Amino acid sequence: MKKLLLVVFSALAVGAVQAQDTLKKIKDSGSVTMGVRESSGALAFTLGDGKYTGFHYDVCQQVLADIQKQLGLPKLDIKYQPVTSQNRIPLVQNGTVDIECGSTTNNATRQKDVAFAPTLYVEEVRTAVKASSGITSINQLNGKTVATTTGTTSVQTLRKHEKATGVDFKEVFGKDHSDSFLLLESGRADAFVMDGQILAGLISKSKNPADYKIVGEVLSVEPIAIMYRKDDPGFKKAVDDSIRAMIKSGEVAKLYDKWFLQPIPPANTKVGLPLSDATKAAWANPNDKPMEDYAKK
Amino acid sequence: MSSKWDWQVFLQDTGGGRTYLDWLFSAWGWTLSVSAGGLVVALLVGSLMGILRTTPSKALVFLGNAWTELFRNIPLLVQLFLWYHVLPSMFKSLQSLPSLVLVVFALGFFTSARISEQVKAGIEALPKGQRYAGLAMGLTLPQTYRYVLLPMAFRIVVPPLTSESMNIIKNSSVAFAVSISELTMFAMQAQEETSRGIEIYLAVTLMYFLSAFAVNRVALVIENRVQVPGMMIGGAK
Repeated sequence: MKKLLLVVFSALAVGAVQAQDTLKKIKDSGSVTMGVRESSGALAFTLGDGKYTGFHYDVCQQVLADIQKQLGLPKLDIKYQPVTSQNRIPLVQNGTVDIECGSTTNNATRQKDVAFAPTLYVEEVRTAVKASSGITSINQLNGKTVATTTGTTSVQTLRKHEKATGVDFKEVFGKDHSDSFLLLESGRADAFVMDGQILAGLISKSKNPADYKIVGEVLSVEPIAIMYRKDDPGFKKAVDDSIRAMIKSGEVAKLYDKWFLQPIPPANTKVGLPLSDATKAAWANPNDKPMEDYAKK
Repeated sequence: MSSKWDWQVFLQDTGGGRTYLDWLFSAWGWTLSVSAGGLVVALLVGSLMGILRTTPSKALVFLGNAWTELFRNIPLLVQLFLWYHVLPSMFKSLQSLPSLVLVVFALGFFTSARISEQVKAGIEALPKGQRYAGLAMGLTLPQTYRYVLLPMAFRIVVPPLTSESMNIIKNSSVAFAVSISELTMFAMQAQEETSRGIEIYLAVTLMYFLSAFAVNRVALVIENRVQVPGMMIGGAK
């Protein structure tokens, strides 16, 4: 009995070690599972029919092609697993997803559970207002109504900002991003605080984009990165090297232009978000520092 | 793995100077306020519409039927958006109303359609002779309702009304969609901020259960207190 247990445990232990070595797993199975998002702005979204695309999706395709070359695999089968904000970390941890290419914020809490590739996109939380409102700073929002979306980090950012500055505004919460934008459009809210990329996308899709402006200071800076398992140095090196090479070759800049400045599917509209200084800095010095390190500056 | 319990998450600061536990209780308060307000509206309007549907006047019956069918056949969430987004864009004065008022009326009217159906059934469950007896004694129609029909009809429909009152607490979760920070919104937001979804949802589940169960117990007390011995009709004990 004891012996049997020992065998079982050692088998489990070997299994655990093998699961950590993603490169070996890919080589042995000839397949890899990519975590994708249904709707994360231009970073990652679905085209329907089980097809996915976006900035991070394209980066990951390139990374996986490099890994295929490195492993000398004649064919690499890429499986797609849609993930949500709620399940993405458990799915990466338990091995269902090998590399998550969505819109995950790299922060210190998450670094306890998973690891991140060098940041390729730095999100800035900004404020959208009606162009006619004359509002140019969040400090002018005293007594005004501010919209944001339930279930996002922006709600907490706003709360912290309100406490720190003493600016007193009323908050309204949309149930999703388009709902929050409707609040701004219909005049129920004077401002909409959200990730810059999402605001730019919503404005470009609105009835009259010239009616809206993104204004004011950056409320929070969040590095968004590709996520994979922790404690897997081989895989981390392979992915990170590939990303560094893409930055160097200008491939990343080309993809940024494709997704953030040119018209993109499904509606063939432009997000129209020029490269920010924070993102430029992240490319100049590729790193996987968490969000907390950005706040210190 | 993150499967270990971490109940201390409720003692963390939300970043706004209070803990998640404080927020949970405030959210519970909102859930109860919305439900209580909605229940008052639903009982008043629902009873009125139910009564109208049993009167001899064809116009009043039509009004009661129209009301009931209108509010019963549109999904609650759609009704809520009509009140919150569509009507205020047509009538500007509605825009200044707090969303609490809108959601209380939306929830109240939706439930009133169901209560109207039950009150009507309660009145129709009484033998026709009671109505005739009341009128024959020289009572006016309103007096017949007040002193003869309704006292018995309401006793009959206490059990289904209890279900409706419990439903309204559960239905109040739609209020999150119009920016009321009640339990469902708390659950969605707090689990994103803390990444402790399981603990948060368990706590919220418990709150909903306690609220609905309390309503159930109160209704049972009412049912027993108002019972008229030996006079229950049709299936009731």
